[in-house]
Amino acid sequence: MAHDHAIGHDDHEHHAPPSGIMRWITTTNHKDIGSMYLWFSFIMFLVGGAMALVIRAELFQPGLQVVSPDFFNQMITLHALIMVFGAIMPAFVGFSNWMIPLQIGASDMAFARMNNWSFWILPVASGLLVLSMFVPGGAAGTGWTLYPPLSIQMGMGMDLAIFGIHLLGMSSIMGAINIITTILNMRAPGMTLMKMPMFCWTWLITAFLLIASMPVLAGAVTMLLTDRHFGTTFFNAAGGGDPVLFQHIFWFFGHPEVYIIALPAFGVISQVIPAFSRKPLFGYASMVYAIAAIAVISFFVWAHHMYITGIPLTGQLYFMYATMVIAIPTGVKVFNWVATMWKGSLSFETPMLFSLGFLFLFTLGGFSGLVLSITAVDILLQETYYVIAHFHYVMVAGAVFSAYAGAYYWLPKWTGYMYDEFLGKVHFWLTLIFFNMTFFVQHFLGLAGMPRRVPDYALQFTEFNMISTIGAFGLGISQLLFLYIVLKARKGGVKATTQVWDGAEGLEWTVPSPAPYHTFETPPVFEGGKH
Amino acid sequence: MSETNKSNKRTLGVLLGTLALVMFGFGYLLVPLYDIMCDWSGQNRVGEAAEVKNTQVDKTRLVTIEFDTNINRLPWQFKAKQGSIQVHPGELQHVVFEVRNTESHAVSGQAIPSYGPAYTAQFFQKLDCFCFTQQTLSAGEVREMPVVFVIDPALPADVKTITLSYTFFEVDGKSAPAAVKAVGA
Repeated sequence: MAHDHAIGHDDHEHHAPPSGIMRWITTTNHKDIGSMYLWFSFIMFLVGGAMALVIRAELFQPGLQVVSPDFFNQMITLHALIMVFGAIMPAFVGFSNWMIPLQIGASDMAFARMNNWSFWILPVASGLLVLSMFVPGGAAGTGWTLYPPLSIQMGMGMDLAIFGIHLLGMSSIMGAINIITTILNMRAPGMTLMKMPMFCWTWLITAFLLIASMPVLAGAVTMLLTDRHFGTTFFNAAGGGDPVLFQHIFWFFGHPEVYIIALPAFGVISQVIPAFSRKPLFGYASMVYAIAAIAVISFFVWAHHMYITGIPLTGQLYFMYATMVIAIPTGVKVFNWVATMWKGSLSFETPMLFSLGFLFLFTLGGFSGLVLSITAVDILLQETYYVIAHFHYVMVAGAVFSAYAGAYYWLPKWTGYMYDEFLGKVHFWLTLIFFNMTFFVQHFLGLAGMPRRVPDYALQFTEFNMISTIGAFGLGISQLLFLYIVLKARKGGVKATTQVWDGAEGLEWTVPSPAPYHTFETPPVFEGGKH
Repeated sequence: MSETNKSNKRTLGVLLGTLALVMFGFGYLLVPLYDIMCDWSGQNRVGEAAEVKNTQVDKTRLVTIEFDTNINRLPWQFKAKQGSIQVHPGELQHVVFEVRNTESHAVSGQAIPSYGPAYTAQFFQKLDCFCFTQQTLSAGEVREMPVVFVIDPALPADVKTITLSYTFFEVDGKSAPAAVKAVGA
């Protein structure tokens, strides 16, 4: 207790941070940690992207040219794990660290020391994943879903992946506890829950999803680990286990995970679109209820990933209808965003462009999701490139576009300088065009029956695969432009005002740009409440 | 920050941490829950042999099938191993007939079935029968021959008994298809 008190006391001393590397290792400042999360996620985004390019290079032509099938499988596994756990999730945790205290008028996150921990676990976890490529037998080649029996038979790369996932899960859970406690206990006077910025709402609910689902994944991979080394037979049919059980446990985590990624993306979009429409968010309360509904339903639809495992017809029908029900609250959100823009005075700076790109492409991904939710159709399209196209529309055009929208939107507040608007727009258009070039054609490949997770394919798929590969390399190279834009904005340029965007609302726009190291040491009085 | 706020944060943090631990346990709870669900929905019977059953058997009634055997100018003895049996319509049945050649040389014959009442022939579905082909018995040979049949469940309810009667005719030195061809010409 005494020790904890001393830690708490530390946070309140307003000395300058230690210099050099120790500042970053020991920091408990939410802005430092937020920046580290964001830089880390961007680095991982490039690493995962490079792996995607290995996959696409191999798929440029039929036959085996670039890598062995073994290594190809390792690439698809690591690409997915690194992108989901290393890039997308930390990006939004980074936003939450930076922006939630600023948005609710708190001085820092609730558990500052734990915040430091939850960040520094991440590089270790990702290091384990990357390291697993270099051990005998290579990395896990099971695909990110880690299905047994293959995952029980893999070499020690699998063990490293399991420990990596354990650490990533711990990091996420600690982050989630921090976010919930911050939001529930540290809002400025006058800011009731229903007056919070929508980004805080999405993160509050996402954090509950994390706490409820990440431990289940931890349990699943722990069972894998004990099956592998300690003689249990949870998933080994020879000992009375059942490999399908793993799929149930995995997807019990896996489906909420989809919304763990999507909800904060919705939150960013809900901040950006009103700012550039110069209107308050349409249907604030319905947005909150829609998020809550999505979160609750997401726990009851998992087996729509498992239509071909032999679940009874009744089960297939239930999971089909339950999945379709999620489209209703999601539709509420999309219509609310459109209604927010209706008769607004719109302007199209880069964050707004990315939000509009999100709106179009995420909706498209939602529709292909509806197609896949139909059991009879899914039985045909399961494990084809149609599924790949679908989830890249929601993961890349959904989450990544939203992260870019948020990054451009808040970048002036972080760096104190406006980014290069022209280059930002170039980045958007390149990303949009190359994204569609990469993934739109994959719908056709999937409908024509090209299976996923196979490094070779039949000749008739060649043209679409070539288009997709060229698009992928364009998409990858375009992202380096973002790195240049950020570095340029850090170095200088047009000074950002406190308000930055004339239509932006919220407490984060009341602190100077760049945001000082310590903000809101005395809680501000919140008089907003336009909702 | 006030002391109450601090203890509120601590309480909430501990509560949420506990929730995470509970959910970890829930992951393990899914293992027995899965078995229960599979048992309940009949998915978990991989260890048991499936019970083969014909869902079209009409268990509500029994029909008596009588067997009758006749010889038409053949040196054979011909009898059914069972005089009559009782069957449920829809049930697969297997009966055996026995024929003996009393001559000291080979003789060929073919059995022709008939039914009583005659209209029950359409409900008497023979899957296999010695009457489908010619039978050639060498000198003194005894042969057991099967009939496999199903009584169509559509059999009218008032039919309680069907008689299946076979008569063996001699096929004298010529094969049946040839005979048909000759008639056609």
